[in-house]
Amino acid sequence: MDPIIEKHTISVLVDNEPGVLARVIGLFSGRGYNIESLTVAETDAEQKLSRITVVTSGTRMIIEQIKAQLDRLVPVHKVRDLTDEGPHIERELALIKVAGTGERRIEALRLADIFKARVVDATLTSFVFEMTGAVDELDDFIGLMRQLGLVDVSRTGIAAISKGPAAL
Amino acid sequence: MSEKLTGAEILIKALRDQGVDVIFGYPGGAVLPIYDALFKQNDVRHILVRHEQAAVHAAEGYARSTGKVGCVLVTSGPGATNAVTGLVDALMDSIPIVCLTGQVPTHLIGNDAFQEADTTGITRPATKHNYLVKQVDQLARTVHEAFYVARTGRPGPVLIDLPKDVQFAEGTYTAPQEVRHKTYRPQVKPEIARVEEAIELIASAKRPILYTGGGVINSGPLASQLLTQFARMTNIPVTSTLMGLGAFPASDPQWLGMVGMHGTYEANLAMHGCDVMINLGARFDDRVTGKLSAFAPGSKKIHIDIDPSSINKNVAVDIPVVGDCAHVLEDMIRIWKARQKQLDKAALKSWWAQIGTWRSVDCLRYQRTDKVIKPQYALERLRELTRGRDPYVTTEVGQHQMWAAQFLPFEQPNRWMTSGGLGTMGYGLPAAIGVQIAHPDALVVDVAGEASIMMNIQELSTAVQYKLPVKIFILNNQWMGMVRQWQELLHGSRYSESYSEALPDFVKLAEAFGCVGLRATSVDELDGVITQMIETRRPVVVDVCVDQKENCFPMIPGGKAHNEILLGPDDKPGQATPEEGMVLV
Repeated sequence: MDPIIEKHTISVLVDNEPGVLARVIGLFSGRGYNIESLTVAETDAEQKLSRITVVTSGTRMIIEQIKAQLDRLVPVHKVRDLTDEGPHIERELALIKVAGTGERRIEALRLADIFKARVVDATLTSFVFEMTGAVDELDDFIGLMRQLGLVDVSRTGIAAISKGPAAL
Repeated sequence: MSEKLTGAEILIKALRDQGVDVIFGYPGGAVLPIYDALFKQNDVRHILVRHEQAAVHAAEGYARSTGKVGCVLVTSGPGATNAVTGLVDALMDSIPIVCLTGQVPTHLIGNDAFQEADTTGITRPATKHNYLVKQVDQLARTVHEAFYVARTGRPGPVLIDLPKDVQFAEGTYTAPQEVRHKTYRPQVKPEIARVEEAIELIASAKRPILYTGGGVINSGPLASQLLTQFARMTNIPVTSTLMGLGAFPASDPQWLGMVGMHGTYEANLAMHGCDVMINLGARFDDRVTGKLSAFAPGSKKIHIDIDPSSINKNVAVDIPVVGDCAHVLEDMIRIWKARQKQLDKAALKSWWAQIGTWRSVDCLRYQRTDKVIKPQYALERLRELTRGRDPYVTTEVGQHQMWAAQFLPFEQPNRWMTSGGLGTMGYGLPAAIGVQIAHPDALVVDVAGEASIMMNIQELSTAVQYKLPVKIFILNNQWMGMVRQWQELLHGSRYSESYSEALPDFVKLAEAFGCVGLRATSVDELDGVITQMIETRRPVVVDVCVDQKENCFPMIPGGKAHNEILLGPDDKPGQATPEEGMVLV
């Protein structure tokens, strides 16, 4: 029987110091864990804290290992498994460039409206759409744009937060 | 306002305040200001090694034999890269080290300057933590933090990279008591509920075993005392990993010997047959577990470890207890007594009877002969002739290391220094130097092989310079013995590149370095040579010419279970080693 592979979204609060991202990424590559998505940005400038959101997959034993290994890194303050801890929100932002003219261009704009993607740049032959949403929604929209002249995509990776009043 | 000091002076002051009395190192361009500051003071003694790898191993030997943090100072570039093997060795064996590396000036970092290497990048996975200090006012704080991180929780090596301009710059000193780490506070006291569960499970056991590891040694001598107390009050048999030897006295009747690939028959079969396993500060390493799916089947497992990431890493356990071994043992003893627990006497008696029959196999027996020195016999004689002298033993890596673990008895912790996790050939001589620096009057023996010793042989020069009477006891079989043994057992006796061709004359080599060189080629020379070695207050190299064909048994071949243990050369594996076993190292 194959062990069940689970997908987990993990939030990690770290000191924003040089090399901290390399430590986290090195941990994943060095120990052979998967990274499906990883985002990082400073979230508290005063205390110099950054929040890393990592989506990873593995067996239950591997997921527990990943959390324990992350927690063991010296600059790590907190590790939380959002997938385990209950309802949470995951969002991603994408910038999507579509080039074309005529009917395809009109169709792209129409679909963007349906998907609530915003036009942030326009020329006579192209659009850049900005879209925020769940990963699946982004995938769907980008999939449609592929047939309508998609030339470039930039995605941020997932940012996630738990529902309710509790903090990380 | 405190006075202004240079970075180099701040560093020395910080080391002094951290209780550093000795530092192992090698100078170079990027650390010259620090060497200048060292020159002007007398509190911190510097030991000049001959290769930076040896500086780290010497610091490891110092740390492991004292329980203190070992300290290393090397230059940038090659100085730092040469130290990497030592750092990984310390990481794998959880040895507290602070390694200071020079770095090119901050404005040159990233420019491929002379002797520049990305030291923090290279050592990130080689250390518990590392730092690059870019401002002199951060220096003292960083040093204090580094010592705290190195010795706290699961110990390990910490590196501080010091650009040369920071060493020259003037700044202010920060005292250790003003530094508190922002985040790093490992749990040392266990959750009592977990300990209570563990006690209940132990009390219900019919065939319990204590499987102890390096965590007991790292916890300090108190943990070893408490382990002994707990084992004696419960009469539970005790085995240990390679790293844990000495935590429980080898002369105790409850001692089963070492567990694992070259562990004793009784220890491995007791692990296989136990119903409750109490893992104290060990990490279910592959050398211990053998085939995971057949590891101690039908047993309930308690795992006590200071590092939560060790728990459920290789083996799923029933009761995890996160904490320092001494704290946990204290609670275990207290709760055991308070609840007036007792093991089922009849069950325990039959468990001991079963162990007795395994013991009677006498798994460490070997073919005795007068014609050639058997390596096991050489170690038995070393054991007898050093009895009562409380020797400190280091080893290199290979057959001799396993024989030393099997044949030398350790009664106390901190007497046994060997490269367990990384398996670093060349570890033993520099480690012995570090031990001897810490214990100038002790008998320090490096049990070596002729291949391993060549990997850091240059350190004989260090031993001579500091008049360190270390004893290098070479079991010379003219083969990389463990490589040859595996080739014999697993690769159809195709001895590819494992013969020690063109060996030096070790006696002459010793003399060339200014050491004493001795040789034993026959059984009747052996005792005299060992006695002379012990009595000579100088570094001694002993070339013991041993049986070239001897293999190390017992042995659990890779990918096999504990009960598939081979006892000797006539004991053939029941079936060929499976493919998945072959690929294991």
